[in-house]
Amino acid sequence: MQIQGSKILMECLLEQGVDTIFGYPGGAIIVVYDELYRYKNKIRHILTSHEQGASHAADGYARSTGKVGVCFATSGPGATNLTTGIATAYLDSSPVVFITCNVAEPLIGKDSFQEVDMIGISMPITKSNFLVKSADRLADTIREAFAVARSGRPGPVLVDILKNATTESANYEPLSLEEHATHGSLAMLIHRASHDFQEPEPNSADLDKLGEMIAGAKRPMLICGGGVVLSRAQEEFTAFAEKLDAPTAFTVMGCGGIRGRHPLATGMIGMHGSRASNMACAACDLLIAVGCRFSDRVALDTKSFAKQAKIVQIDIDRSEIDKNVPTAHHIIGDAKSVVKRMLKRVTQHDNREWKEQVFAYPTEPQYSLTGDTLNPRQICDACSRLAPEDAIIATDVGQHQMWCCQNFKFDYPGQLITSGGFGTMGFGLGAAIGAKIGNPEKTVIHMTGDGSFRMNCNELATVEYYKLPIITIIFNNNTLGMVRQWQGLTLGRRFSQTTLAGRGPDFVKLAEAYGLSGSRVKTAEELEKALKKALKCRHGYIIECAISIDEMVRPMVNDGCPIDRFLMD
Amino acid sequence: MEQVRIHTLAVLVDNCAGVLSQVTRLFSRKGYNIESLAVGTTDEPSTSRITIEVRTDDQRAMLLCNQLRKLLPVYSVKLLEEDNEIRRELVLIKVAAEDSERRNQVIQIANIFRASIIDVSQTTLTLAVIGAERKTEAIQKLLAEFGILEMVRTGMVALERGAHTINEDTKEKDEFDYGKNVL
Repeated sequence: MQIQGSKILMECLLEQGVDTIFGYPGGAIIVVYDELYRYKNKIRHILTSHEQGASHAADGYARSTGKVGVCFATSGPGATNLTTGIATAYLDSSPVVFITCNVAEPLIGKDSFQEVDMIGISMPITKSNFLVKSADRLADTIREAFAVARSGRPGPVLVDILKNATTESANYEPLSLEEHATHGSLAMLIHRASHDFQEPEPNSADLDKLGEMIAGAKRPMLICGGGVVLSRAQEEFTAFAEKLDAPTAFTVMGCGGIRGRHPLATGMIGMHGSRASNMACAACDLLIAVGCRFSDRVALDTKSFAKQAKIVQIDIDRSEIDKNVPTAHHIIGDAKSVVKRMLKRVTQHDNREWKEQVFAYPTEPQYSLTGDTLNPRQICDACSRLAPEDAIIATDVGQHQMWCCQNFKFDYPGQLITSGGFGTMGFGLGAAIGAKIGNPEKTVIHMTGDGSFRMNCNELATVEYYKLPIITIIFNNNTLGMVRQWQGLTLGRRFSQTTLAGRGPDFVKLAEAYGLSGSRVKTAEELEKALKKALKCRHGYIIECAISIDEMVRPMVNDGCPIDRFLMD
Repeated sequence: MEQVRIHTLAVLVDNCAGVLSQVTRLFSRKGYNIESLAVGTTDEPSTSRITIEVRTDDQRAMLLCNQLRKLLPVYSVKLLEEDNEIRRELVLIKVAAEDSERRNQVIQIANIFRASIIDVSQTTLTLAVIGAERKTEAIQKLLAEFGILEMVRTGMVALERGAHTINEDTKEKDEFDYGKNVL
């Protein structure tokens, strides 16, 4: 049937099961928003204060639901405001389809009003991107974009649609999701592939080899990376760890891949990893990393990393193999399907001595609880104790982020929403909005620092308008704490441009200005009271926790140092 | 640090808009200067083959290949081995030759190198020569004495010797397809 491009877009979104979009309108995308007006009973649009907020919200929605997030923005500044959000999604392999509109074809290349080459800009930060110049290419492109975003190693995809493609009409044939693979460009992609796309099988010889390596190992260790979370493979991965009886560390992105309270969990690994994790890594003789790319924050000094061990990498993305750390063996495939098949190839192990050696070290940071100010541990503990167990934690970036990863015991994949790879300050509030929209039945807590929160606190307007009962907890130490920590430890305590004291705002007044409530707390009792109030509250609530400016993330291994050489405990 | 040398990468891609910039972008991002680049369609009009020469060590060349293989429009990448590749490039050179004596000398050089004269004017000769850099550089050096007015290279193209091709399905290719798995 002949229908207008904007309508084709809506129909294609419905084909994908999309019912929620985050975005911001503008001139070039105006026709799409006009269509959205007609589809408002089928597709809910969440209007944010800024395109960046929308991009993080779509990302947070994707991470917490496992579905593909969708984000709209107009041309020019609307599109460029997405870039930080796109890069954030790219570095953490989050499936988001970004749809931007550009000026009409006759205006392209003329430096027209709000024209920008978004395809060029987004090339290094998307899994793939597409330019749609005419309405007849819309349906096929949208179908391909969603397939690419969600399949294999997930990632963001950008579709830039010229305005004329939204106004002109073209033929549209409805196609169910199951039929997409046999039509258009997806059919061509599949035709040229060398394996079965529906059920890609990990190589069985590779699986057998790992089975032999496990049989010969005396001190095996597992790393749970973001791939376990993305593949929602907690059950299989945990069974694998139990069968191997192997100490299991997790990365920031791997939080929730194995339950934090599991007796085999050694805590986080890397720069701010626990002693147990990092010491185990240095002492193990077989290290199996699942869905982990050994980033510099995990591996630190790549030359000495797990130097006694044979390293095995299980990843869906072949280009991650041997990229940062050379490996002895690798298996390519989805974490869930590889681990599931490995379960059949290993017998039950008993590594009592090895575990005793590892768990002699602490699995979490040691705090002295003597100061008069609140300490980060108390804040996390209060949240764990009072909030429902399945509460989603969305964080910003910096010290508070590490404190959350270290102190919360995450129970399931998708419970922690954090910008691990790109380290985007200002990610948290938008992400929390997306997580809450995607999981209305769950409590969502946004943990942030005073620095991060100031970046995108304009989204409080979104929290208020949509009546989202998101609890924001600000670790206020009046400084950009993580940078200050480095300045203190490595740059002779020259705190260049990191002190925020006296720079405002009054966060409680800010909450009120947006129509929300807030409390400022200084002690554990005050925090508990405020938290209880916030949990009962039906709208957004801000709790500002005063903590010491000198509070540090412990333990810490310095950048590029061997993983077991701690700079401080 | 491994030894730095010229590596030849053969890249088979979907002949779509923007594919060349996607491929070359990776080189600038990683800080490599492309020594030579040649692109053209293959016997299958929907696919193009890009030959890239880059100066780097073995380890980094392998990483570059891996990053290239990750791109959606890239079908396959082959890192050609130094002693198992045939490399050729076409060079056009316009030489000053004002009188018949000079013209004859240039023609003689052309004959020795099996270069062909493809254009003549009152004062110039234009030669086309095909070969790898040893041959093309040698003729270029000889012609420099006459005065090279302008010249152009197509960029090196290369194929693997023997029966192997870039189109073969290998375990490695299979592994790379996983990450971009589209269903």
